[in-house]
Amino acid sequence: MNLRDTFRRDRVFDVVRPGTRTINPGELDTGGKYLLYMENITVSFDGFKALNDLTLYIEPGELRCIIGPNGAGKSTMMDVITGKTRPDQGTCFFGQTLDLTRMSETEIAGAGIGRKFQKPTVFPEHTAAENLELAMAGPKTTWHTLVHPLNGEQRDRIAATLDTVGLLDRHDHVAGALSHGQKQWLEIAMVLMQQPKLLLVDEPIAGMTRQEVERTAELLQQLAGEHSVVVVEHDMEFIRSIASTVTVLHQGSVLAEGKMQDVQNDPKVIEVYLGE
Amino acid sequence: MRHSDLKTALTDRAARWFIGILFGAVALVVLLNQLIPADSGLHVSSYTVTLLGKYLCYALLAMALDLVWGYCGILSLGHGAFFALGGYAMGMYLMRQIGDRGVYGNPVLPDFMVFLNWQELPWYWLGSHSFPFTMVLIALVPGLLAFVFGWLAFRSRVTGVYLSIITQALTYALMLAFFRNELGFGGNNGLTDFKDILGFSLREDSTRVALLIATAIALALAFVLCRYITGSRMGRVVMAVRDGESRARFLGYRTEHYKLWIFTLSAVLAGIAGALYVPQVGIINPGEFSPLNSIELVVWVAVGGRATLYGAVIGAILVNYGKTVFTGIMPEAWLFALGGLFVAVTLFLPRGLVGLADNVRQRLRKNSGTSNGSKGTDNDNQPEASHEPA
Repeated sequence: MNLRDTFRRDRVFDVVRPGTRTINPGELDTGGKYLLYMENITVSFDGFKALNDLTLYIEPGELRCIIGPNGAGKSTMMDVITGKTRPDQGTCFFGQTLDLTRMSETEIAGAGIGRKFQKPTVFPEHTAAENLELAMAGPKTTWHTLVHPLNGEQRDRIAATLDTVGLLDRHDHVAGALSHGQKQWLEIAMVLMQQPKLLLVDEPIAGMTRQEVERTAELLQQLAGEHSVVVVEHDMEFIRSIASTVTVLHQGSVLAEGKMQDVQNDPKVIEVYLGE
Repeated sequence: MRHSDLKTALTDRAARWFIGILFGAVALVVLLNQLIPADSGLHVSSYTVTLLGKYLCYALLAMALDLVWGYCGILSLGHGAFFALGGYAMGMYLMRQIGDRGVYGNPVLPDFMVFLNWQELPWYWLGSHSFPFTMVLIALVPGLLAFVFGWLAFRSRVTGVYLSIITQALTYALMLAFFRNELGFGGNNGLTDFKDILGFSLREDSTRVALLIATAIALALAFVLCRYITGSRMGRVVMAVRDGESRARFLGYRTEHYKLWIFTLSAVLAGIAGALYVPQVGIINPGEFSPLNSIELVVWVAVGGRATLYGAVIGAILVNYGKTVFTGIMPEAWLFALGGLFVAVTLFLPRGLVGLADNVRQRLRKNSGTSNGSKGTDNDNQPEASHEPA
């Protein structure tokens, strides 16, 4: 074992932290102050730095909005967290122990990071409830799904999750027949079925009506607390209506962070983004 | 929410109707054949009995294709290969049943081997005299081929038109191989001149009737099995793979496993269909591997309607009945008619005859004022959609 291995962050020896409970390898340890630690992340594509020394922390139960002009690195940041893109430099930890840069996309999803993509990608021929059934956490082998029908508890959970996003009355309707906004909520519900600790939401209100936007804002606020929610969004009005903390990205790194009012009045932010 | 358990699969309305109509029709034909004297106008000839048996074999084959194409979105253009392999496995057993009644009177070797001056049975013919062993072979050979083929193809994420072309190449390659005498399956002539099955003469009406009933039972069992699978959570995952494979993979499903098992099961069903087909038509030759057969099969399923199982059965029976009639009147035009049928169905009936029936029923229901409930809402825009090219 070389020195580097001894000091790896996912090997915090329990003797160093007396009194804490033992964390098994691969288990999420939310004992620290933050749920997600991204430190000095750099990602470059053919010399272009999509992320440049980005450092970002997300607290448990926090609702965080990420804004920034096109090409600021918002999507790349999400890709790094979900394991789709590997950073060239930097560390990305989920809780105290899980090194996201070493985990596959499936492992990360299983560890409790759910992502809702920009474009709704529900299964159009399945009913709303069946979409949630597909997304439900649990064994996903061919044999298990063949011989184990849903039990009552699972049915209840599907109904409860549909209720959370306000689609309980669409339980048996095929997803293809839902409105655009309803599809977005259904997809959020699908992510919730995986019981994520951290929920990444990509531009949730694109193409929504005013009422749908309001409903979405309520929904996201309701989800924060139980889950950490990270929202990437362009619409300033929407962010103003939900945000507790805003992070402004610019050219791959954090330009400003804080309350919406403070960020709005930051001259740097006004220059690159808000002032336009 | 639909429940998935075996009891539902056996007793739901579609299964009751399907099994009821199937056995009703078979019983009628059998009774008219066996009990009505041959000179009566109501008598059904043995030819018709065997013809119906043949159609039901095609129906089973079409259902097998519907399982992979309609539910899993894998357009196999080589399913005839699995059908033919099942047929050859049965053909080997039937050849051995001939015994010393062949032209050359060799008690062990089939005629074509004597003709080729072979001294003993090739190793792969060993055990073919045993019916239980043959039954295992009927399922195992197509299943194993599909498993290996599917494992390679799905693991490499070969999909869409590329997969269709490879399946087509598979059946073509097998056809060329089976044409060769050296392979030991009778070459060009295939396996024929069968006498008995399980000791019963294939020329007897009672044997033909028994084969028809066996085919109907196999079709009914396959229907219940497929219905159980498609109604289970696994079935819904399979359909999710069809509608958005990468999305399903992202949800944590090993989509290649789902595709592999569905493909393998479908190949086994196709093999069983082939095995029931051979004793009824009395011959199996490499022509059954012809890519054209596999493409015709796709047309049956498209005509009947995909992803319903019974649609495939209806399509197979109707198109083949049409073929029987048509080839009697003007045989040279059949392929044009088949091609035209496929184009017409693709353009005007993307959901096949079953979809057409659904639309008609819904229009009637709408006119009578009752609102259609859940799960039917997707069909509302179908009439408009059906005018667009698929």
